[in-house]
Amino acid sequence: MKKNDLFVQGNEACVEAALYAGLDFFAGYPITPSTEIAELFSYRLPKRGGKFIQMEDEISSMCVIIGASLTGKKAMTATSGPGFSLKQEAIGFAVMTETPCVIVNVQRGGPSTGLPTYVSQGDVMQARWGSHGEHAIITLTASNNQDVFAMTVEAFNLSEIFRTPVILLFDEVVAHTRERLIMPEPGELNVVKRLKTSVKEGTDYHPYLPREDGRLPMSDFGGVHRYNVTGLMHDMWGFPSDNPKIVYGLIHHLVDKIQGHTKEITMVKEFFVDDAECLLISYGSSARTALHVVENRRARGERLGLLELQTLWPFPVDTVRKRCAPVSYAIVVEMNMGQILHEVKKAVDDPDKVFLANQINGSFITPTDVLNILRIIQGKGT
Amino acid sequence: MAVRDYIRERFFPHIWCPGCGHGIVMGSMIRAIDNLGIRKNDIVLVSGIGCSSRICGYLDFHTLHTVHGRALAFATGVKLSRPELTLIVPMGDGDACAIGGNHLIHAARRNIDITAIIMNNSIYGMTGGQFSPSTQYGDFATTAPYGNIDRAFDIVKLVLGAGASFVARTTAYHVTSMIKILEKAITHKGFSVVEVLSQCPTYFGRKNKFASAVDMLKHYKTHTTPIGSKEKGKNPDLIERGIFFQEERPEYCAEYEKIIEKASEGG
Repeated sequence: MKKNDLFVQGNEACVEAALYAGLDFFAGYPITPSTEIAELFSYRLPKRGGKFIQMEDEISSMCVIIGASLTGKKAMTATSGPGFSLKQEAIGFAVMTETPCVIVNVQRGGPSTGLPTYVSQGDVMQARWGSHGEHAIITLTASNNQDVFAMTVEAFNLSEIFRTPVILLFDEVVAHTRERLIMPEPGELNVVKRLKTSVKEGTDYHPYLPREDGRLPMSDFGGVHRYNVTGLMHDMWGFPSDNPKIVYGLIHHLVDKIQGHTKEITMVKEFFVDDAECLLISYGSSARTALHVVENRRARGERLGLLELQTLWPFPVDTVRKRCAPVSYAIVVEMNMGQILHEVKKAVDDPDKVFLANQINGSFITPTDVLNILRIIQGKGT
Repeated sequence: MAVRDYIRERFFPHIWCPGCGHGIVMGSMIRAIDNLGIRKNDIVLVSGIGCSSRICGYLDFHTLHTVHGRALAFATGVKLSRPELTLIVPMGDGDACAIGGNHLIHAARRNIDITAIIMNNSIYGMTGGQFSPSTQYGDFATTAPYGNIDRAFDIVKLVLGAGASFVARTTAYHVTSMIKILEKAITHKGFSVVEVLSQCPTYFGRKNKFASAVDMLKHYKTHTTPIGSKEKGKNPDLIERGIFFQEERPEYCAEYEKIIEKASEGG
């Protein structure tokens, strides 16, 4: 194998990518199937002067990375289902205070303790709406190690550009599948540095005053500018405010900065979509099964295509609508009861031609699971 | 510097009720910091939710007003990232010992160099007077209309058991001693806890037959005694105040620096 060729788990690919993206600070709490991420960082981070801390619970793991990030560090935590539930309040705090950070959720079967630790994709909606109150969020996913790497780097980049928590929604199959990873060379992938204010010491710095392009340059908390950070509605100084004008402006800012950049944020992969009669729409490890079905059927002359979503939130509405318009029917392939199915139905002009092929029993979704649905749609029975 | 120089006047008036002890604690904290001569730029204040936590906004330091109970976790992130900063975490008794109890004992166990000031008024004030983990047995609250049947934490014993390396108790009545204790707590290298009994005349006072804030302050005077005084022998119900414990122990951030050295040697 070449120097840059690794044979690793998805969780390891995630760790390599975070280090590539310049991670300084990781906090976590043991939970399968994401624990390898914490274990690896405890070994790797101090080697380069970074900080690793195992916290007393999932909640504090989320809080501690927000504190670290505010001081100017790139920070991350990783968890799975139940832990993701516990982190939600603090994720909302990161949204409100516009603190960049990355949260990995390696999905396992739920609800509750559920199926430790079989595969599931049941946290799609929780990633979107898990924290209370109106807000927007960025959520990325990946189906293989190379993409885990790319999406992890992208998660850090987007978190810095939009000053927002970014969720990496992986799943147990992706996290534990051992496969090839070709490590990009330094500089090969874009790594976004934190945008820092040019306001000098002694001059008034407004932590929440957006520039003309909508971005908010940061000043390392604890550095030369003293300012207030609060989870309350706040004005441009970071001081609490219940003035309706300010509240209205802040909510719009928090939502628009992400929803208004959907095109820029969203990424998809397309396989045989141009002449497809039937379009599979999938993401995460399910997309591996979907791709297998598509390639297999193509070999038999059937015109199947695959739209693999790499960004789940904001949802790539326009791409989905455009790709679904010419096809006879679309099948969403996912391991839940149709969380992305409903988003697709909302996005397309004819929701009646969108079907679901799913698996929710803890087993990985197989090509047969998809083919059974395909046969029913095609009127062939199963 | 004058006390005024530490205050963000644009933030005033503050939200505290007339007679509240929290302003006394804030004033004492300012004086302690001023006596120590620490630069405003070197101080980070992290708070959670509750009346006491509003201190954050009023003071001209680096201030982080977080979620209920988790201030110490946020503070840990700031401190571990920038160990050169002085971290102070003002908390209420509910914030610190109920919803945040886990973070309190674990910050103590790690002995991370943070000063926790627990402003104990034995009640949830901001939500209107519900009993807290430091409301005594038999006391009244809006959620204990027949009297509280929960047993109160002894905060000093709790954090001693958890491993805090500086533990003290004082009251809003004993201001000069509070300032000295706070100076020592802030200077101490390790996790310091100062419990300050701070009166809430509006909610605790009303429910428990204290006619005024002055009555509550007098109560702190008559019902507390310096650690080791003879009075305690005569009247075991007296609450002791002073510095209970102070010990130099390996501090978390310093220990982590050693980990970095060890890991770097490995190549």
